[in-house]
Amino acid sequence: MTALIVVRALVKRFGAKVVLRQLNFEVQKGEFVALLGPNGAGKTTFLRILASLARPSMGEVRVAGFRLPQEAAAVRRRLGVVSHQPLLYGDLSAEENLRFYGRMYAVERLENRIQEVLDLVGLVARRRDLVRTFSRGMQQRLAIGRAILHDPDVLLLDEPHTGLDQDACDMLDGVLRQIASQGRTVVMTSHDLARVEDLASRFDVLTGGRITASRPAADLPRDGLLAFYRQALDDQRMNQRAVQ
Amino acid sequence: MLQKPRLLTVLDVVAIVSFIIATALVFFYAPLERVMGAVQKVFYFHVAAGWVGMLSFLLAAIVGVLYLIRKDLKWDFVGVAAVEIGIAFTLINVVTGAIWARPIWNTWWTWDPRLTTATIMELVYFAYLMLRSGIEEPERRARFGAVYAIIGFLSVPLTFFSIRLFRTIHPVVIGSNDPGAMGAFDMTPRMTQVFLFSLVAFSIVYFDLLWHRIRLGKLAERVESLRLKLQA
Amino acid sequence: MNGLTPFLRAMGAVVWKDLRAEWRSREVISAMLVFALLVILIFNFALDLQPNVRAGISAGVLWVTLAFAGTLGLNRSMAVEKDRGCLDGLLLAPVDRAAIYLGKAFANFLFMLLVAVIVLPLYGILYNTNMLMPGLLVVVLLGSEGYVAVGTLLASMAVQARTRDILLPILLFPVAVPVVVSAVKATGGFLAGWSWEEIQPWFTLLVVYDVIFTSVAFMVFDSVVEE
Repeated sequence: MTALIVVRALVKRFGAKVVLRQLNFEVQKGEFVALLGPNGAGKTTFLRILASLARPSMGEVRVAGFRLPQEAAAVRRRLGVVSHQPLLYGDLSAEENLRFYGRMYAVERLENRIQEVLDLVGLVARRRDLVRTFSRGMQQRLAIGRAILHDPDVLLLDEPHTGLDQDACDMLDGVLRQIASQGRTVVMTSHDLARVEDLASRFDVLTGGRITASRPAADLPRDGLLAFYRQALDDQRMNQRAVQ
Repeated sequence: MLQKPRLLTVLDVVAIVSFIIATALVFFYAPLERVMGAVQKVFYFHVAAGWVGMLSFLLAAIVGVLYLIRKDLKWDFVGVAAVEIGIAFTLINVVTGAIWARPIWNTWWTWDPRLTTATIMELVYFAYLMLRSGIEEPERRARFGAVYAIIGFLSVPLTFFSIRLFRTIHPVVIGSNDPGAMGAFDMTPRMTQVFLFSLVAFSIVYFDLLWHRIRLGKLAERVESLRLKLQA
Repeated sequence: MNGLTPFLRAMGAVVWKDLRAEWRSREVISAMLVFALLVILIFNFALDLQPNVRAGISAGVLWVTLAFAGTLGLNRSMAVEKDRGCLDGLLLAPVDRAAIYLGKAFANFLFMLLVAVIVLPLYGILYNTNMLMPGLLVVVLLGSEGYVAVGTLLASMAVQARTRDILLPILLFPVAVPVVVSAVKATGGFLAGWSWEEIQPWFTLLVVYDVIFTSVAFMVFDSVVEE
């Protein structure tokens, strides 16, 4: 069984600054991986590389069997991405946004699919309303709808809970659980440990430019995520000091 | 530490010496032109600077294409150096053009196609520098620079033709009856020799400056990466 | 409505999206039109538009108006993508980048034509000149195409820089000199009743410019939007 996402010895440099160093990462089909780490650790950069929006400086990246960046076009078809920003056009309605992206992804039976997706994210009543009138929570839900419109195998989410209140977060989680239960593979970065603890099947910690710790949810004691995370950060700090 | 190559020092000397010789030739060896007098001597440096400036921009465009294909940052160092020095030489071209025009046509400026094109070209490459200064990431800066250097250079011949066409339909209002030539004259053998030598001298000076500027760019990048390492 | 191949479908989707979004807010078009009218007014007071010199100057004023208004449209069109991160959304789609470029450029082209369609008759009324000659309209088409082809590419770069608002005109105008000069001369020629032989060289220049720069922009757009 080959993994759906395989990353080996990934290095990413911005000029002289090295952000990701020799990063290894593997995700099997159906896993829901939560990627944790302090600010500036490189989570967003890593996700952008997986999303084919950024190029690796060195190393091997494979998503759904296709190499990045060489076979990026094939990867994009199988990828759904939700980032900080909603990636939605404010002056278009919810369904117009979906229609646009549906055309760009050559989605079949588009009108049916739009209805399905709006149903899933609970926005059928607001389908004709302009996105700029939506609250942030609604925009995020629509953004997820956009991301799964073309039925991707892999879903990448970059801190989707940012800026949402409790209710909105709960709704978002509901949607995420449903999507995950459909057999999709999910990689999500997050700062909100409490939320993530109930969603993910595996927790990885990215610090110092690489994945330094990884634990399946099953192996963690209840409410043990915070301790695991803290431990991983402490270990990394000690290693850093040892090197210097 | 990047040591200054011996060859570069040699080139420095050759450049200085040939420039001095060229100046001496212009003032003492070249004959006085019958109609225009002493001011005509500006011509030797004016044209040399113009040609070298133009070739520098061509170099920037070629290097831009190379960068887009290879994505090797070393081409970007050459590109930005070529543009900066091209700007300097073109500025010399434009200013000496004005100096030449003043006593002849009694005006600082004529809308001569070559001079106007040179000025517009200068603006293109100033825009190039402004574009680069607005972008932080070295890789993106290099990419955008490459694209604009190519677009800029492609526009130059078209600009020249459009202005020249403009001029033949509307003869110049100020001064000259002959819209084509700007103070045309026939060159004696001596003049040709001085002209060719000036061209060579300017080319040597150009390569010397280019090399220095490329080194400067590389050293600056080195400093930047060391600084980042210290910060981390 | 859209073509059969995915490329055309994507290009069509982008054009439709831009038009639809603009129709909702009408911000860009109104800004372009108001700007155009202001320019015409200012030129009216700044220049002495006597009948015998009017033809040449009218053409100049017209194209200055279109060029400046065009810059507004170009800027806004790319800013929309940049501001909400929508450019990423476009780049994530499994379509050829060139389709995005052509879609954007075509939408910008339509906006510029829309401005021209309103400005031309208005100008004709204000200055009692017939601006709606077929030859003149072709010049407007060719000139706008070249201007927008380069402008869309440069706007994509300018919008990613810090100094984004002022950068586009600085980048675009020097490089657009051939197309603006040719368009002005050709327009003036039609207004002054020149023969085709006299106008033809300007047409040739316009076409050459359009072909060269549209192809080049088409080829390098990818490098400009990818990370």
